[in-house]
Amino acid sequence: MAGARVDFDVAIVGGGLVGTSVAWGLARAGRKVAVLDEGDIAYRASRGNFALVWVQSKGQGMPEYAAWTKRSSDAWQGFAAELQESTKVDVAFERPGGLVLALSDDELGARVDALKRLHNQPNMVRYPYEILGRGAVEKLVPEIGPEVVGASYCPLDGQCNSLRLLRALHTGMRQLGVQYLPNRGVDAIEFRGSEFHLRGRGGELRAEKIVLAAGIGNARLGPMVGLAAPVRPQRGQIVVTERVQKFLCYPILTIRQTDEGSVLMGDSAEEAGFDDSVGLGVVSTIASRAVRMVPLLARLNVVRTWAALRVMTADGFPIYDHSQSCPGAFLVTCHSGVTLAANHALAIAPMVAAGRLAAETHVFSAGRFGVPQTA
Amino acid sequence: MFRRLPDAAPCAIGFFIDGKPASARAGDTVAAALLAAGITACRTSAVSAAPRAPYCTMGVCFECLVTIDGVGNRQACMLRVADGMRVETQRGRRVVSS
Repeated sequence: MAGARVDFDVAIVGGGLVGTSVAWGLARAGRKVAVLDEGDIAYRASRGNFALVWVQSKGQGMPEYAAWTKRSSDAWQGFAAELQESTKVDVAFERPGGLVLALSDDELGARVDALKRLHNQPNMVRYPYEILGRGAVEKLVPEIGPEVVGASYCPLDGQCNSLRLLRALHTGMRQLGVQYLPNRGVDAIEFRGSEFHLRGRGGELRAEKIVLAAGIGNARLGPMVGLAAPVRPQRGQIVVTERVQKFLCYPILTIRQTDEGSVLMGDSAEEAGFDDSVGLGVVSTIASRAVRMVPLLARLNVVRTWAALRVMTADGFPIYDHSQSCPGAFLVTCHSGVTLAANHALAIAPMVAAGRLAAETHVFSAGRFGVPQTA
Repeated sequence: MFRRLPDAAPCAIGFFIDGKPASARAGDTVAAALLAAGITACRTSAVSAAPRAPYCTMGVCFECLVTIDGVGNRQACMLRVADGMRVETQRGRRVVSS
């Protein structure tokens, strides 16, 4: 095999929203790409998320993340349109603006302070947001409960159908010639003679570059190619109702109505390791708070609850890295695979294609955790 | 499509299907009463608008949703038909108003 051409320009480990966004973007740039994925029983945040394309309140402590998020949000409409054009899958993106409701004056005060702190940061990207009193909230969501005193509103917030987004990306990347290889968990990666050998069930595959997009699995895979990915699972639980006619036109951070009519209520943040089971305590807290915000919800039937694991870093921001010891090995991880999908497809993928991460992503290196690069 | 067994008890319950009088046996589920009355499509899908009918008849599949006494998305197979009950076939999603 020595001297033979590698099998792929880029091998991507992980077939969730992050991996398929990057794969789609790379194939769109003309690269020969393989996606190695686990099977149906993988921990798959891409199938359990809340499907917000969310901007407001992100970036406290790292204004570059606010700018990065806004950039993806701004690119989302075009991204969704291109996916629909080529795959005929409507990912139901809309950007009506989003609300965070306050159930007391204290909550509203805390919200005002948090947004002030966020937007007062040096180098914070500028975008509009408003604090609304009860009357103004009522105009947007007539169904709010009597305890709602106000809300923060940001016109950049939106939502999509994330299950269809995953489907559109899978369909789209295959149309562009990406080889999707399910049930191909990766056990070992070696960097030999400027190419990567990925081994696991299903044999070996060689690629000129690799992108680690394996979610929580990146913590194990990164060190094989000199990259650190200090990520941990963080459980989120979601309650889903029956489908009803559209009544909620604005996503409310923890309550949204899907394009198909279900209402989702979420989303807890629990440190529970790899336990992705649902617990009645958390679910009832989610439901009772949602009913205080929108009392009408009490009359709907709940048809499902589920839990999924977020891929969380210590500071909550993404990691984008390029290995120094194994050039060509990239790592992409975040807990906002929906919001950042447009960036991963349209910004990160071209950087990987070009062989280096642009300066604006350097702030997202895992170096910020003080973790030395291994090997 | 469905016929009562010859030795079945008489239909003593009077109810309404889309406003029209119908009858059923005491103990029938709403789904059974609809099928016995010749209603083979009880709703249209909330997503694709395709016609749907009772399928599992044991509360699992949620195909038999109908509007009962003004409340939409009720599982017809999980409720017994009652005298005077107003059953309506459902078009698309349940309407909820505050």
